[in-house]
Amino acid sequence: MTNSGVLAPAEGLQGVVADWSSDQLAFKKVPWGKAMMWIFLLSDTFIFTIFLISYMTVRMSTEVPWPSTTELFALTIGGHHVPLLLIAIMTFILISSSGTMAMAVKFGYEKNKKITAILLVVTALFGATFVGMQAFEWTKLIVVDGIRPWGNHLGASQFGATFFMITGFHGFHVSVGVIFLLIVARKVWRGDLDHERPGFLTGRKGNYEMVEIMGLYWHFVDLVWVFIFAFFYLW
Amino acid sequence: MAHAEGPQHSILPKSDMARAEKHQQHPISVYLWIWGLLFVISMFSYLVDYLQFQGYLRWSLIIVFMLLKAGLIVAIFMHMAWERLALVYAILVPTSALLILIGLMSLEGDYTFQTRGTYFSPSPEVVKHK
Repeated sequence: MTNSGVLAPAEGLQGVVADWSSDQLAFKKVPWGKAMMWIFLLSDTFIFTIFLISYMTVRMSTEVPWPSTTELFALTIGGHHVPLLLIAIMTFILISSSGTMAMAVKFGYEKNKKITAILLVVTALFGATFVGMQAFEWTKLIVVDGIRPWGNHLGASQFGATFFMITGFHGFHVSVGVIFLLIVARKVWRGDLDHERPGFLTGRKGNYEMVEIMGLYWHFVDLVWVFIFAFFYLW
Repeated sequence: MAHAEGPQHSILPKSDMARAEKHQQHPISVYLWIWGLLFVISMFSYLVDYLQFQGYLRWSLIIVFMLLKAGLIVAIFMHMAWERLALVYAILVPTSALLILIGLMSLEGDYTFQTRGTYFSPSPEVVKHK
């Protein structure tokens, strides 16, 4: 930085003040799209947190016992009754997809087209598996256990409302993520990001930052599941 | 259609621009380690349910494992540990405001519960439970 005449940006708290009070650009050293994805995820955090807080409030205020999630989401495998197994498998699948996504970002910046595309497709497959298992979970709950958004015979009627709302919204995020993953994988595979080919929707030039921005979204979906797993299934 | 770039491109010369947007590059072992760690922690939090821990032990373990996992995902996978503080604070400070809402709503939930117990109780036993 010595020859360019541009000062190195300050670090620490002084850096925060300097960044925010500087002209035009508060988020330095990050691509514009990445900063905006973070802002979007912040708003999404608020939506999910408000869902979870509503769940907390109705669960705290009901006098009727809450249905046991341990039993409700158990699976019987080979004659063995394993509690909460379905949700545990879904958790591990989502974590695996986060791992492949993180590596896709890394190989993307190394311009390793083939491995990046493969890892993105693998991530999408994990995501699709997750949604498939969720469809199975919902079907079992609706058809076999008779849970409805407005009531059930196992306990508090608020259970159905919060369950379908929270997991449904999360599953929707996963589904959208799978579609985006496949689109980005196609871009990578075709070399759109190497040749800076404009995208079909926004006309932005392709670059490998897109893979990292995609990754931010995907990790966020995994992050939300961590909280749903803890508060809804384990609590 | 090259208009969609960020506004920063006009400020600095090209060479500085390239330096200003450093890409996140970390060895693959970092990701593999965190991946493994997330698996182990998830296993632990599943065991909390499997072994049927109850009471404060259960709650504190669930919360600790949850925060550990969330922290690892945000810090390493989402690269927040390497971002500038201006971005980190822009995300974390508004999020921490939600803690106040959690506090308020838990007061509210508790109040509703007690009101129901006092005035809308289905049977005397429910009142005695408090």
